[in-house]
Amino acid sequence: MNLTTAERATLAGDNGKGAQMAMEIVVETARMLGADSLIEIHSGHIDGCLYHGDSGVLFCEKLASEGARVAVPATTNVGALNLLKPDQSRLSPDQRKMAYRLMMAHEKMGCTPSWTCAPYQAGARPALNRQVAWGESNAVAFVNTVLGARTNRYGDFLDIACAITGRAPYYGLHKPENRHAQLVIDINGLPASLLREDAFFPVLGALTGRLAGETVPVIEGIPTATEDQLKALCAGAASTGALALIHITGITPEAPDRATALGHIPPAETVTVTPAMIRQTRDSLSLAPDGPIDSVALGSPHFSTAECRTLLHLASGKPFRVPVYICLGRHTMTALAADGTDKALADLGVRFVTDTCVVVTPILPAEPGVMMTNSAKFAHYASGNTGHAPVFGTLKECVSSAQSGHVIRDAQVWA
Amino acid sequence: MMYKTSTRATPLIPGTVTGTALRLDAPISFWGGVNPQTSEITLAGHPQRGTTIAGTILIIPQLIGSSSSSAVMLELCHAGMAPAALILGSRDAILPVGVIVARQMGWPAIPVFVLPDPPFQTGDVLTLTADGALIYLYYL
Repeated sequence: MNLTTAERATLAGDNGKGAQMAMEIVVETARMLGADSLIEIHSGHIDGCLYHGDSGVLFCEKLASEGARVAVPATTNVGALNLLKPDQSRLSPDQRKMAYRLMMAHEKMGCTPSWTCAPYQAGARPALNRQVAWGESNAVAFVNTVLGARTNRYGDFLDIACAITGRAPYYGLHKPENRHAQLVIDINGLPASLLREDAFFPVLGALTGRLAGETVPVIEGIPTATEDQLKALCAGAASTGALALIHITGITPEAPDRATALGHIPPAETVTVTPAMIRQTRDSLSLAPDGPIDSVALGSPHFSTAECRTLLHLASGKPFRVPVYICLGRHTMTALAADGTDKALADLGVRFVTDTCVVVTPILPAEPGVMMTNSAKFAHYASGNTGHAPVFGTLKECVSSAQSGHVIRDAQVWA
Repeated sequence: MMYKTSTRATPLIPGTVTGTALRLDAPISFWGGVNPQTSEITLAGHPQRGTTIAGTILIIPQLIGSSSSSAVMLELCHAGMAPAALILGSRDAILPVGVIVARQMGWPAIPVFVLPDPPFQTGDVLTLTADGALIYLYYL
């Protein structure tokens, strides 16, 4: 492998044992993947601060105690605790302690304690073509797709190792030639009214993930999209597939037109999306029939300030009969507190979940029931991770259903 | 009747081991699909749900799943519940990274090999060697 003098020195231990361990992980990974060099990165987003077991805690504490410190700005993804309300997670005292130790080890290593899966809402926005090493599937898909920065999907241990060394294996989506689309997803045949619905985007994302798997797709036919809509699309696609990059013609920075997105090579495959495919995908996100619900979960990825304000507007002051959990970053809580939106939502029955999220730690009602959501990602993970059966709906449907205690549909949306 | 054949695989993490193959009949993400303390396959609907992977030479023809699977791999090594070796159908780093971290922590690490379209079936007895990466397959 072609390593620079500085990289060899770190590997030899010249910069301390912690940095040496991190460089060994990066170099070994590069070797295993067949990369022949490393690339300098400009930022990291660390998914490894979520507690999965004591072994990962012991490893991160060893890195920190051996002097490892991040060499580039590195934001943290969610942990298993809401640090503002640690009792919100029904973890055992021992698990809570270990989850806390893991989060603190990352702070000790110099990570920016953002504790959010939407760091791009909190100011972490790498420039176009920047090389970065990000973890968490939605954040990876967003930073590649919407911002045009370059990362592979970095997971536990490798994410922090890249941030400590400031290096990543040079392979995959770090290389421009691997970023071209091979699959065209044509949605020009869908009604224009559907394309304006927020809830269309997570459904299209889930469909895209299933169609593309690991292939880079280009979606054709979206006239306009907000950042929150793109966030939902990326998260849906990265849940149902191993997608890390989606081009959208005329919207995303590397897809000014179809030919550029494809690298001027004919696509391997074109799929024309029909309204029936959208309805089928929407239905697949619900595992319970329309009926009574026990909770509503919002904010996967973390809810934005705009989404919180829309929720407050839709509720029109009518309180919720079931708990409505909003998962969000502290950057959003601060914005909501500035004009009292936080208090207004709490008065309606909203429970704020900061620093973590309801599908990675036990916060939803202990008795498994039906959880309504407007997130394809929550819908995908709810059953396996929490035991709650998801029902997917629009934000408006989530609000009216939370106010009545059972699913209320808006027949106009999917017509 | 017993006979022996051999094939060449690529060692990602070299090592020597003899054991019995367990071939995954359907893809699985270790995160959300394997219990990190008991090594039991827990994924709902998986044809081998309830099987434990500890001590087996685990054949993984197709890789899928969360990058948090590295953490599950490390946890299995730490708990002494890891497979005896992994044979992956394609190059990947997610599971091997967990093994490398285990090695750094001084916990038992396991060999990992890559072999496209691995022909082995559950119950085959395999020997993996450190150098040359030969896999001997005994049909019993």
